[in-house]
Amino acid sequence: MELDTDFTAPTIEWFALSPYIALAGGMLIMLLVGALTPRWPRGWYGLASATTAGVAGVLAAVQFGELSSAAPRTLVKGALAQDRFGLLALITVCVAVVFTSMTTADAAARSANDAAPRTTDSLEHYVLLLTAALGAAIMVTANDLVVSFLGIEILSLSLYVLAASDRRRTASQEAGLKYFILGGFASAFLLYGIALVYGTTGQTNISDIGVVLADEISVPRNDAMLLAGVALLLVGFGFKVALVPFHSWTPDVYQGAPTHVTGFMASLGKVAAVVALVRLFVVAFPARADDWRPAVFGLAVLTLVVGSVLAIVQTDVKRMLAYSSIAHAGFMLVGLEAAGHIGSDSASDGVSAALIYVVLYSVLAVGSFAAVSIVSGAASTTSLDVFKGVAKTNPVFALGFTVLLLAQAGVPLTSGFVAKFGVIRAAVSTESYVLAVLAMVSAVVAAYLYLRIMVSMWLAEPVSVLPRTVTIAGRMTLGIAVAITLVLGVLPTWLLNLGDSLTSLAR
Amino acid sequence: MSMIVAAATGSSTLAFPILTGLVLTPLIGALAVLFFGRLRPEWTKMAALTSSVATGSLSLWVLQAFDSTNAGFQFVSQHEWIAAWGISWHLGIDGISLFLVVLTGMLFPLVIAGVDPHHDERPYLAWMLILQAGVMGSFVSLDLFLFFVFFEIVLVPMYFLIGGWGYGDRVYAATKFFLFTMAGSAFMLVGIVATALLSRDSVGEVTFDLVVLAETGALSVAEGRWLFVAFAVAFAVKVPLFPVHTWLPDAHTQAPTGGSVILAGVLLKMGTYGLLRFGVYLFPEASVWARPALYTLAVVGILYGAIAATMQTDLKRLVAYSSVAHLGFIVLGTFALTDQAVTGGVMQMVNHGVSTGALFLLVGMIYERRHTRLIAELRGLQHVAPIFAGFFMIVMLSSIGLPGLNGFVGEFLILIGAFDTARWWVIIGTVGVVLAALYLLWAYQRVFHGEPDEANQGFAELRLREGLLLSVFVAIIVFTGVYPKPMLSRIEPSVTALIEHVESRTDYQRPIQGEAKD
Repeated sequence: MELDTDFTAPTIEWFALSPYIALAGGMLIMLLVGALTPRWPRGWYGLASATTAGVAGVLAAVQFGELSSAAPRTLVKGALAQDRFGLLALITVCVAVVFTSMTTADAAARSANDAAPRTTDSLEHYVLLLTAALGAAIMVTANDLVVSFLGIEILSLSLYVLAASDRRRTASQEAGLKYFILGGFASAFLLYGIALVYGTTGQTNISDIGVVLADEISVPRNDAMLLAGVALLLVGFGFKVALVPFHSWTPDVYQGAPTHVTGFMASLGKVAAVVALVRLFVVAFPARADDWRPAVFGLAVLTLVVGSVLAIVQTDVKRMLAYSSIAHAGFMLVGLEAAGHIGSDSASDGVSAALIYVVLYSVLAVGSFAAVSIVSGAASTTSLDVFKGVAKTNPVFALGFTVLLLAQAGVPLTSGFVAKFGVIRAAVSTESYVLAVLAMVSAVVAAYLYLRIMVSMWLAEPVSVLPRTVTIAGRMTLGIAVAITLVLGVLPTWLLNLGDSLTSLAR
Repeated sequence: MSMIVAAATGSSTLAFPILTGLVLTPLIGALAVLFFGRLRPEWTKMAALTSSVATGSLSLWVLQAFDSTNAGFQFVSQHEWIAAWGISWHLGIDGISLFLVVLTGMLFPLVIAGVDPHHDERPYLAWMLILQAGVMGSFVSLDLFLFFVFFEIVLVPMYFLIGGWGYGDRVYAATKFFLFTMAGSAFMLVGIVATALLSRDSVGEVTFDLVVLAETGALSVAEGRWLFVAFAVAFAVKVPLFPVHTWLPDAHTQAPTGGSVILAGVLLKMGTYGLLRFGVYLFPEASVWARPALYTLAVVGILYGAIAATMQTDLKRLVAYSSVAHLGFIVLGTFALTDQAVTGGVMQMVNHGVSTGALFLLVGMIYERRHTRLIAELRGLQHVAPIFAGFFMIVMLSSIGLPGLNGFVGEFLILIGAFDTARWWVIIGTVGVVLAALYLLWAYQRVFHGEPDEANQGFAELRLREGLLLSVFVAIIVFTGVYPKPMLSRIEPSVTALIEHVESRTDYQRPIQGEAKD
């Protein structure tokens, strides 16, 4: 291996980098100004972080629009990819931060009335949302394994702290610690996988790995080493996405973390991990698709079945939704499996189906956890019993949450159905009938879970009438999530027309 | 109104999208109920009635404007919906769906006017109207995706109706209903997608349009059979066919009276209608291939339903099991694939909706009065409520299939039509007719005959509103029984066209009926 002796600085496309700069800049400004000024009035921190993410999202959206004519490209000497696949995910990440800023402010406002406030409206909390978003933004567009790993670490470290941010509750600290230790393991797997892949191909750049591996003859390589590397990467990402059997942290962490943080992990965390996983496998390892596809198939089956079956036996709503997020990840893997049929014309359907699924799911997740946060806010538990009779006391709220639950169950005219339909369509068009049927059956099993929550809300008598103060931020989060769910459920044309442009990845 | 006959598909287009109106009117009503109900609670019922009566009137207008000589789809309206996936808002009706649309249009206003929920009227009425929109939509959809959307969306209002306003173990029953049906649909969804994608080459594009797929799609034999099975599973759950019928007795028994009437009246028909429209029409070869299996399931259902009904101690459960038997006849007729049998099957779908719907109403009235449905606790009602007993008698005889009433015409056509193609199954199935007489008459005897004991002495006679409600049902029962021709002449052309469609795509030839055998 020869080294580049005459180093030339890469040209830097500043505008293309503007979303990252906006996130990082906003975060630093918030930290700096926040440290030098007295405590801001309630809600202002949230406003600042939401604005920052909003600006980054708009900047990403502008580039997304520009890409309708321009071809996908890579930035900074191939370190980052600029394509619609990544940018849609980046926009979703920003939207998730906007939502979570609102839910955090909502939870803080509700908690302020408590004798022992569990969520404080602290500056660090919102700054951590932005660092997590920066990590996620890097992950979804990283075109280099090392850059991807940087993104993963920035995201994960922020999430570890956020999970433990409820300092008065031991469960939250336990969640943070558990997430940290197991996440450390996963990072080790990822690093080892990256090292082995680098060892075989001599590249860390994702596009270049794809080029090297596509070239069958010229590169002598150690097959076992490469496959071990791919397997380790799959394990590492499997942990981040929460695929069975690497899911065991999810229920505990989701339950222990403050509810608005859980929503953040389920939306932003899932988007980042799934998009990075799909990009890596589709761009870097298409030549080895026949090797990794069966593994993905197996993981998908396990994730779907275990996720949905374990979801229905839970009694805690956050644990239920944790397992349901695992089952949803199984659906995303069905899309990846379809994308692995490289020879087929329809393989690219799988890429867009998986992306659209995770994007739509992230909205559902933010909304659902916001609803859980609102209901459980007064009671300090998220047991299913707390939801009893909510429809009697707050009918409009219950209706909104019901729409989100029905969408997660995949009932037509909601975005959840559009997402499921896209994935099933991709699976069927690559003739993975078994997987398609299994996915649908597991969706039926999981439907029982959402029915249980609906039964509690609508058909059970209220146990106690708890004062449920919902701030305007909380209402807006839920309202917007429900609106997106219904509008994209009835008129998904706009999203689906993106389909083809989403699948041309920067290489 | 100008009619433009589209020569290619034999369908006609109408300036006013009346079928879209049929789907949207109840939905608008549901919104009105939710909004008015909050501002002016006293308008709630009025709003619900207005929109359901409007839907009913629209359906009656469709009935009179229907061209009985045209076997193709009429009142077609087609608009682009999700173009990226080849999905369109494609509605239309033919003789097969016409009377189901009318039944849906008529049954809902009757139920809304005649049966009050016990509590929370506003959400009850809103769910009812959403249900009507969903059922209407599934009977008029000519796009597989659109049909699936309606087929599936129906579960939500029905789930809440059973769970919220039902009796006893209602949450269990509602959940079972939801999950059973959804499990069936899971296969159908994969089947729908596969049908569209596998027909891609023969059709030239990916489309979910039923007419295009059925007329120009060419699937291999194996593909067609697998896909047929996927569809059939969903419809078998909905019908319900033995052995996936177990949700039905629970759902029926626990549902509120209005819910039971709708469930028996129109919801079950979505299964039998689906078998005809999306089974036989879309997969002719597979339908011919699968006939013996479906005959067998149908006949098992007929006998099992009848025997189980005989053993019931709960009057509502008895009626529920009788549905299993009746729907077995309809499935038998559907797959017999002769003009008479299929026409009889379609007619019987409507007849069963009317007579079983009325039976559930009557059982509901008994429950309102006595707060029990147990046959053993009822006795001698004929003495204290002779008019009530009279109505019960007519409806029950219609369900048994007494000549002169509607049930006879349908059942007779099914049996005579199926005799050539499914002889031995018909012979066994006919036992079911006898059993129907047995369980219903026996139940009647136990409930209405004898001397009323103390608890039954106070059984109130039929009230005016109840009498008016039932009179509509009885009028339909008698009219169809005595003069079925207007109905048959509208159903038959479409049925003949369907069977010719099957004949042109398979080596199946229907036996020539009406000619001397020797």
